Amino acid sequence: MPAWEIVLRYLLLVAVLALMIGPFLWQLSTALKGPHENIFSSPPKFLPSDPTVHNFERVADTIPVWDYALNSLKVAAANVVTNCVGAALAGYALARLRYRGRKAATIVFILAMLVPVEGIIIAQFTTMRELGLNNTLIGVLLPGCVSALNVLLMRNAFLNVPYEIEEAAFVDGANVWQRFLRIALPAVKGTLAVVAIFAFMGAWDDFLWPLIVLSDPDRFTLTIGLNYLHGTFANDERLVAAGTVIAVLPLIILFACLQRYFFRGVGEGAVKG
Amino acid sequence: MKSTTASQAAADLAGADAERKEPRPDGRGPRRGIRRQLPTSPWLFAAPGLAIVGIFILYPFLSTLNNAFTDKRTLIEGDYVGFANFQELWHDEMFWIGLRNSTLYVLGVVPALVVLPLLLALLVQKHIPGITFFRSAFYTPVVASIVVVGLIWVWMLDERGLVNALLEAVGVGKAGFLSDQWLLLLSAMTVTVWKGLGYYMIIYLAALANVPRELHEAAAVDGAGAVRRFFSVTVPAVRSTMVLVAALSSVAAFKVFSEVYLMAGPTGGPAGEDTTLVMLVQRVGTGLTGRVGYASAISVVVFVVTVALMLLVLRADRKEDA
Repeated sequence: MPAWEIVLRYLLLVAVLALMIGPFLWQLSTALKGPHENIFSSPPKFLPSDPTVHNFERVADTIPVWDYALNSLKVAAANVVTNCVGAALAGYALARLRYRGRKAATIVFILAMLVPVEGIIIAQFTTMRELGLNNTLIGVLLPGCVSALNVLLMRNAFLNVPYEIEEAAFVDGANVWQRFLRIALPAVKGTLAVVAIFAFMGAWDDFLWPLIVLSDPDRFTLTIGLNYLHGTFANDERLVAAGTVIAVLPLIILFACLQRYFFRGVGEGAVKG
Repeated sequence: MKSTTASQAAADLAGADAERKEPRPDGRGPRRGIRRQLPTSPWLFAAPGLAIVGIFILYPFLSTLNNAFTDKRTLIEGDYVGFANFQELWHDEMFWIGLRNSTLYVLGVVPALVVLPLLLALLVQKHIPGITFFRSAFYTPVVASIVVVGLIWVWMLDERGLVNALLEAVGVGKAGFLSDQWLLLLSAMTVTVWKGLGYYMIIYLAALANVPRELHEAAAVDGAGAVRRFFSVTVPAVRSTMVLVAALSSVAAFKVFSEVYLMAGPTGGPAGEDTTLVMLVQRVGTGLTGRVGYASAISVVVFVVTVALMLLVLRADRKEDA
């Protein structure tokens, strides 16, 4: 590459970087600005003159933000476990086991993946109420606790494991659970990691469904709590900003730690298309 | 996030199915499951997944189709009313506003999400020092939850926010990004595009990795410049990915909820003029007096248009092939 092209590339990269990261930094800066600092100054000031964590404490005084975070964490953690276990089991059944109705089971998952969640949300809520689970965290969790998408991702991962290894284990007398746990599962660790990340992010980020299913402010998850904070205290931007920083930081850290798996998994999925 | 990940499954599924139909190298025909096992165990494996998907996805889907023809309310079972809900929709001004905004959303967002992420992917494609950092950084808006993203932009686009302060500093003057009906819709679209760029960039990046380098070299030898090579080598090579991106982003755009809800408020901006169809479903169908039947009828319209959009994009793809 000629030198001018390298320079041009980096200039463009930095410009896009400012566009993509700038809003987050501006939010962080607002959250760190003290009560006496003018956050509406023109021209705007990026660096707080007197940085303080006071706003984070004030969020906690205004709404039970740590309880909301804990609720979100519970739902997200449960979602990771149920999706990994449920999708691995079902994916294995679709890819490797032989029984009447396997095709039908596969079609059920494909159809479920195609149903737009936004369109069935009212009926999901009615179903949840019939089960007596609305306004509970279990109710938030259940509809997505084994997603059809993840089942199909796991199915494809299992299909790509060389069949001969399992055949050999079968000949050695391993039963189906042993083959699943000792041979198949370790071979699809990468996809399992992707499923885990998607499950966590999906639950942590979800907005529409918890908004509909939760009515009691004591049980809010973080996203609903933030919307509540925004609606109630929209006049103090420092507070809302501090709330969003609390909500997004765990995800950015998680993503930074796992981005290697992440891009590999996402890339693999797309390559095949 | 949930809806966008459908691309992997769709892509993955197509790939795996193609693979499955191929005969194995030793000529023993397609792969088969292991034959002998306890007769109950396969169903034990599949049962949790089938139960969840059946109870919380497929059953609600069928009951939505059913409810659309009833006057069911939150606490009242309701009776069959035939097509009355759909007749009412026809005369409901709010419904037409919702349909208009959801359609405008597709028209505004999809071209940007087909083109911009491709350019971005070309920018981060070359392995130069620090490129991994840039890729991850561009992906950050995808990772951040939509509520956080929405609130960040509400603050940025506030009357006294950063964007207006910058506009004023350069002498353009303020704009009512969150108060003007059309500017608000445009702002929400910009946020959707901003959040989606990184996601589609990764899809394009994977597609670009499969373009043979020789094509570019041959074109360069023939004297084609960068722009010429982009249109005659890159674009044809990633055309099927562009169609995939168009299909995914148009379906997602039509079902937009969170961005507009957060930026315009629960009632959809001034006089509800920024309401989208899914916002209408949420508003009409929930609460103690929620009109479940009527909201279901709107949901049916969402299904039908979504399926139609998919077919339209895929059909356009086939025509160009012929």
